[in-house]
Amino acid sequence: MMSNHIFDFERPIAELEKKLDEMRKTAADNGVEMEAEATLLERKVHDLKNNVYSNLSRWQRVQVSRHPERPYALDYIQHISEEFIELYGDRTYRDDKAMIGGLARVNGQTVMFVGQQKGRSTKDRQFRNFGMPNPEGYRKALRLMKMAEKFGIPVISLIDTPGAFPGIEAEERGQGEAIARNLMDMSVLRVPIICIIIGEGASGGALGIGIGDRVYMMENTWYSVISPESCSSILWRSWENKEEAAEQLRLTAEDNLRLKIIDGIIKEPLGGAHRDPQAAYQAVREQIVADLTRFAGADPDELIQARITKFTSMGAYIEKSEKEPVASS
Amino acid sequence: MSWFKRSKENINTRTEEKNNTPDGLWEKCPNCKKTLQSKQLRKNAYVCMNCEHHLRIGSEEYFELLFDEAEYDEIAGNLISGDPLEFVDTKRYPDRLRDTMKKTGLNDAIRAAVGNINGFSTVVCAMDFSFIGGSMGSVMGEKICRAIDYCLENHYPLLIISRTGGARMMEGALSLMQMAKISAKLTLLAKARIPYISLLTDPTTGGVTASFAMLGDLNISEPGALIGFAGPRVIKETIGRDLPEGFQQADFVQEHGFLDFIVNRKELKDRLYKTFRLLMVTKVEA
Repeated sequence: MMSNHIFDFERPIAELEKKLDEMRKTAADNGVEMEAEATLLERKVHDLKNNVYSNLSRWQRVQVSRHPERPYALDYIQHISEEFIELYGDRTYRDDKAMIGGLARVNGQTVMFVGQQKGRSTKDRQFRNFGMPNPEGYRKALRLMKMAEKFGIPVISLIDTPGAFPGIEAEERGQGEAIARNLMDMSVLRVPIICIIIGEGASGGALGIGIGDRVYMMENTWYSVISPESCSSILWRSWENKEEAAEQLRLTAEDNLRLKIIDGIIKEPLGGAHRDPQAAYQAVREQIVADLTRFAGADPDELIQARITKFTSMGAYIEKSEKEPVASS
Repeated sequence: MSWFKRSKENINTRTEEKNNTPDGLWEKCPNCKKTLQSKQLRKNAYVCMNCEHHLRIGSEEYFELLFDEAEYDEIAGNLISGDPLEFVDTKRYPDRLRDTMKKTGLNDAIRAAVGNINGFSTVVCAMDFSFIGGSMGSVMGEKICRAIDYCLENHYPLLIISRTGGARMMEGALSLMQMAKISAKLTLLAKARIPYISLLTDPTTGGVTASFAMLGDLNISEPGALIGFAGPRVIKETIGRDLPEGFQQADFVQEHGFLDFIVNRKELKDRLYKTFRLLMVTKVEA
């Protein structure tokens, strides 16, 4: 079944699927045997889907990452955990609804989940502030991670945000400081951290819970320093160049794997995680279980050293020889 | 018939608006518009003699201002940016870099140096806003990390002077990762109990505020500096109303608890010396 939200590039698929439905219906109504034709058409739909989804442009990936039916953090947590107790509050100011977290059991192992949460209905989206945390959200996440550290519990971070909230109160309460503190403290957290980008990975708002021993992106997600829209408005002085900006930013999972910013890509069901959420939950669960096994009993000092080395190695620069003039060529 | 035709009736630039006088003898304060003598301005630490406005200065001026006899050795000055994304907007990124280097004579938006502050060996990293808005890319990350290594090897304190719009878009996620890189590296300095002072100057926003600029043992600022995570324009667009007076300025940020103190640039050197010394020489003969 097609979803209710169809992108332009999905239209040919939707039309073909509609045709298939009609054919099946006609066959049933009139008692005509059309299974051979239906099977043929079904194969055609499958081939078209394969073709379309394996050739998505970077901007189209961004669109899929924002699909309104895509599973969100709590969906993943509820479907991959045997138990889950949600925990609230930063113990300082208040509970941020855009950042969720809590204790869970996955494959028998206690873990601490943190993650940004988006809403689905209009009301819910507002309640979750569109997945844009305030400083108290980052402080809530850090509080939970410190608790995990105390009890030797691995942390699993599910990233899905269009950015940290840019508001007056967010600035008053130190949005910059809150994110900065997380970057530093996560670098030396004495338990394993696994980060998975499940939707949008926008800039500092994503990185604020994104320092991990393993960082993964799901196939149809993006991760960069700025959203394509904002990049377009700054560099081209208009939102019209967002598709071009998405291309230039190299923000897909494949791009980030090539740039050695992430450790792997989690495959999604054909057409995106929302087409077959169960398959998406399964894929994420398998990755988490594999890493929990990998890091079981890991020495905290070695873990931290490797984590610091991993992030301090990132960058692309050239050592210019002293003889060469500054602005040659 | 006259030989010359006067194209404009009068000279219509008012004297106090005149700029770019020969030899750079005069400069105009961007705040009070008063014309200031360059030599005097320099003696006054580039603080307006009329209104105390702190003019935007770069790494060279800070090094001269802070280091004894203006003597220092630069650290990792030969690093230049790669083009990992092959980024093209209105210009190719390598062209933009080359043009900026030519125009500014700088290799990137930050320089690191070691020298003495009142005889006290200190490593100072200072940004140049003239280099693509002081933006943070791979070079900034690597340079600060090497400066930190220098601090660790010699047990020297670290000062980072930020003046930046944030991360450099042309390096995409790699510039974002410089926030992680520097923050992770700073944990080593913390572990070695070496002090780090972050000086936030006008402006300090974006990814730099959301990482090392807010991670100093002391976070300090110059009067009137704009400091924030999101820029004022973005916030205004998001919330759809005007911003309160003084919003995101140094006083505001200090009032909300994120700055240890605000220091006039003329007293900066002395205050840094005293602070570092109190932290590093914890017992002297009374």
